[in-house]
Amino acid sequence: MSYLKKVIYNCKQATFLIEKKQLKRLSFREEIELRIHLAGCGMCVLYNKQSRVINAMVQQLFHDSMKSELKLDEAFKAELQAKIEEGLGNN
Amino acid sequence: MISETNVLNPHKWVATYADYLYMYAIVRINDEDLAKDLVQETFLAALERVDRFEGKSTERTWLTAILKNKIVDVYRKKSSGFAIAAANKATQEQDEFFDEGNGHWKPEYAPQPIAGMDEQDPLLKKELNKILQLCLQKLPALWNAVFTMKHIDDAATEHICTELHVTQANFWVIIHRAKVNLRACLQKNWN
Repeated sequence: MSYLKKVIYNCKQATFLIEKKQLKRLSFREEIELRIHLAGCGMCVLYNKQSRVINAMVQQLFHDSMKSELKLDEAFKAELQAKIEEGLGNN
Repeated sequence: MISETNVLNPHKWVATYADYLYMYAIVRINDEDLAKDLVQETFLAALERVDRFEGKSTERTWLTAILKNKIVDVYRKKSSGFAIAAANKATQEQDEFFDEGNGHWKPEYAPQPIAGMDEQDPLLKKELNKILQLCLQKLPALWNAVFTMKHIDDAATEHICTELHVTQANFWVIIHRAKVNLRACLQKNWN
């Protein structure tokens, strides 16, 4: 198989580069390989789009859960503060 | 004008930071009892280090850093031994997504549109978010740890590799596999 054909068929490598590119600058060669692949592969174009949406969703999910109402119960907190006071007393 | 200095006031710790730290731990380890333990350990460890606090960060940032280290300890424990075996198994399963010879998508795993991603309908989005949460939980512990540290905490790659004892090459493989799995899981459970 020619080098170019390998690049065109290899979705495993293309998706690897798609992930890498979202976190780091690709090398010149990697960048070219990815562009060639994406020019001819609709499936990986879709993967690229979905992968970015997933990142945004994950971040939103964590962001939202930090605002959630879930709280520690008061009894646990009182006990915990008591332990801290005890520790302070020992110093 | 009074310049703001960072001082510690352990008498107010629980009232001021306990809920915040608890949430911080919960979203990263998804285990309420363990999160409670970590909050307690964080305060007690902080107490022992009070005299080493230099006032360079806020009290909250300082406490969060201590908790962060404790979370990484949990990640490390979870991803050793049996967990590694489970991750390797998942790796093999992931290899089934692509043709072994030329790396092309296998037809049954090829990406398809996932309606919840394109639609602006809040109900669909909510549903997709629920599925995403389940899919995240299904990732092997080590993948989840790497994925969370990178995407949520935006930690430096070198830092993640050192903390979790993975090589740089392995790091990129994990980042790739985690996402391919996550996407496939969304597609499978959505359609």
